[in-house]
Amino acid sequence: MNPKTMNKLALTTIKVITGLVVVILAFLLGRILLQGVPHISWRFLTTASQEFVAGGGIAYQLFNSFYLLVLTLLLSLPISLGAGIFLAEYAPKNWLTEVIRMAIEILSSLPSVVVGLFGFLLFVVQFKLGFSLIAGAIALTFFNLPLLTRNVEESLKSVSNLQREAGLALGLSKWTTVLKVIIPEAVPGIVTGVVLGAGRVFGEAAALIYTAGQSASVIDFTNWNPFDAASPLNWSRPAETLAVHIWKINSEGIMPDAAAVSAGTSAVLIIVVLLFNLSARYLGNRLHRKLTSADK
Amino acid sequence: MDPIKTKIQTRSKETRQEIWGQLLSYAAIILIVAVVCSIFMFVASKGLATFTKDHASLRDFLFTTDWSPTTMGKDGRPLVGALPMIAGSFGVTVLAVIFATPFALGTALYMTQLAGKHGQKLLQSVTELLVGIPSVVYGFIGLNVVVPFVREHFGGSGYGILSGAFVLFVMVLPTITSLTVDSLRAVPSHYQAASLALGATEWQTMYKVTLRAALPGILTAIVFGMARAFGEALAVQMVIGNATLMPHGLLTASSTLTSVLTMGIGNTVMGTVGNNALWSLALVLLLMSLLFNLVVKWIGRKGRI
Amino acid sequence: MKNKQLFWTVLGLLLVLTACSQPAQKKVKPIQIVGSSAMQPVVEMGAHEYLKKNPAQKVTVQGGGSGTGLSQVQSGAVEIGNSDIFAENQSGIQAEKLVDHRIAVIGVAPIVNHGVGVTDLTLTQLRGIFTGQYQNWQQLGGKNIPIVVIDRAHGSGTRAIFDEAVIQDAKKMKAQEQDSNGSVQRMVADTPGAISYVSFPYLKKTFTTLKIAGVTPTVNNVTTNRWPLWGYEHMYTKQKTSPEVRALLYFMQNSAAVQTKLLPRLHYIPIQKMQVVKDENGQVTTKSSEVVNDGSD
Repeated sequence: MNPKTMNKLALTTIKVITGLVVVILAFLLGRILLQGVPHISWRFLTTASQEFVAGGGIAYQLFNSFYLLVLTLLLSLPISLGAGIFLAEYAPKNWLTEVIRMAIEILSSLPSVVVGLFGFLLFVVQFKLGFSLIAGAIALTFFNLPLLTRNVEESLKSVSNLQREAGLALGLSKWTTVLKVIIPEAVPGIVTGVVLGAGRVFGEAAALIYTAGQSASVIDFTNWNPFDAASPLNWSRPAETLAVHIWKINSEGIMPDAAAVSAGTSAVLIIVVLLFNLSARYLGNRLHRKLTSADK
Repeated sequence: MDPIKTKIQTRSKETRQEIWGQLLSYAAIILIVAVVCSIFMFVASKGLATFTKDHASLRDFLFTTDWSPTTMGKDGRPLVGALPMIAGSFGVTVLAVIFATPFALGTALYMTQLAGKHGQKLLQSVTELLVGIPSVVYGFIGLNVVVPFVREHFGGSGYGILSGAFVLFVMVLPTITSLTVDSLRAVPSHYQAASLALGATEWQTMYKVTLRAALPGILTAIVFGMARAFGEALAVQMVIGNATLMPHGLLTASSTLTSVLTMGIGNTVMGTVGNNALWSLALVLLLMSLLFNLVVKWIGRKGRI
Repeated sequence: MKNKQLFWTVLGLLLVLTACSQPAQKKVKPIQIVGSSAMQPVVEMGAHEYLKKNPAQKVTVQGGGSGTGLSQVQSGAVEIGNSDIFAENQSGIQAEKLVDHRIAVIGVAPIVNHGVGVTDLTLTQLRGIFTGQYQNWQQLGGKNIPIVVIDRAHGSGTRAIFDEAVIQDAKKMKAQEQDSNGSVQRMVADTPGAISYVSFPYLKKTFTTLKIAGVTPTVNNVTTNRWPLWGYEHMYTKQKTSPEVRALLYFMQNSAAVQTKLLPRLHYIPIQKMQVVKDENGQVTTKSSEVVNDGSD
């Protein structure tokens, strides 16, 4: 075949394929949103869930999801930053590094139920944390670590070596160079990775069923003392998240409006993830501008 | 003492920072490795108990098809034939990746080689959103859309490997796409410039230069996609039918390692044969992801330019 | 420097986090209940009623499965383990070390897809379906549609009740399995030729509920054992329990709020209403005039 025709054909195929992927996503999003959005109201977002009667909301689940995400990020971000820096900057090129890399990759392909049960037996039972936000956050950290570490490493590696040389030439230590020069440059990439991870954390259910639990204890939004059990900030209370809520009402829910609540909750979940994505790029660029002298 | 001498002999502020920094990053990596090791040992100790404590035979586990760990076979060993689940897992994984790879490659090529800035951003968001949809939701869409579709167009009850593969296809698509994009971006742009300068068309450049150079990365992406598919539980469980029978085709109800594990684990008691046998399945999952990673390494070494 | 401080703040925060979760729990002795996910909603509601009268008490109810509930109560990790099967029938559990508190009875009914054209089956026919003897609804007087059997996961309480009454000693064929009433509901409603079973609270109009030899699955038929597919909802504790746990269990078993208001509304059968007793081997005997000791003292 004529190379030019071939070229045209191939490029068209690529475009069609890409179009199809967009259509698939549009279909999924459209379906979830069309089914769910009609059930979302201010009341739905701000009232407690119901087990048996119609009209339950998702106020606690919504808050729990966010709080759990924050706790998870607090735990996983420093660790993965450290690990990512190690892999990108310090790791010697030898078999040990290869083994470490492989260990991280294995962690990322663990089935979530295994992580959940491991977390359950170790943290909930052994360390007596009980079904709690903190146990859930630790389990989710296991998921998040490989993703984030990989992402931090890639983002750091994508920064040009000239920047490192410049930092070292200024007499800065390697560590300071990484912190002050390389990381700020890599921030947009890191933030995107954090958001991707956040999306996965937000939607995770299997690992949380056995760790954060599947009941939303009553919380008092006027009490912000984290040591009080009724406070929203308390991390030793069991907490059902949006994804677990969807799973629960679909598996054993007997409220008459289960389908509607499930559809509404899915839509809320997707909207939150959408918002994350939109804000991520903006946030990443803002941070990048603030931390470096880069132009707009 | 001579102030200059002290200054030279003591560690500078920079050195101290460096040591601290290294310590922190080493501590982080050691923590991660410790977590992985402890999970591995935990799963291994539980999973091996089936064979050491409950005297199931490894050959039965890998090559027979009767899965009912709580009942004893004729030889007095528990019936732990896991072959149906192993076959099911491989079936959905391989099919899903076969479906997803062309789509992922196409999208990644479009994103890196053809799209403008806006197109890139749009597609980036698309893949990120696909990751963000929780597997529970994928499962329900699978149940409401994929299962009836398969039932009408392919026959059978709709539950089976084909439906599982369709659902997993969408779930592994973003994984493979984003990793492929990374590896395509890592190809130095002067390769392409050189190829184009020699008079090659865009497609020839992509096919002969960019894809070749990125091949190890793309294979890595595919294997990671497989690993993700292999470990997915909730969504597959809803559409595959969960029958611990040898799959006779793509349309009969079958099961995967994860689906049997997820369903059974809450209903068994820690330390019993039933429970240990499920952990053996988890061990197989772990070993598989180890294997996937080894394959990646091997490919990477062979495919290096 | 700033980032280093961040590292330390986070590290410090973590230490505080783990350290502080301890003292917060010491004030009231919380009750942790884990087990059967099907029982979770009803126990949660019951506990909710109890908390209205005892606001100081902390109760958390979690699912996770009957097996988890029993093994956790046995190991002492939680105070109460919910189970919808007898501890005696769960392998790996030393039932004599646990105390059974039955709070309710639940009925189970076979259900089929609307289109199969069958509304009444005998126990033998039902057994025939689940053992693989029949492949098409035509063989049972229905339409020409292949039978799709949907079973529940091994170890599920609903399945135990069904197997005990219907399958008995026959060998069940391997079929599709689902792990919750919810997914069974949806599948039977959507899959042509499907048959499965759910417990009473999950009976819906989206599928057909079968009669067994003319008997309809109603609460009254369960209380007399005319409808044989039923079982207990157990809350297991260790031999020694705290006063708080005893008070909660007493409330669950005897209060009007739970037994006469909550349970019937959810299509559970209050334990007092039963005119028969079932033991762990499935033997049913008539309740004698005096209150039968159900092991809950």
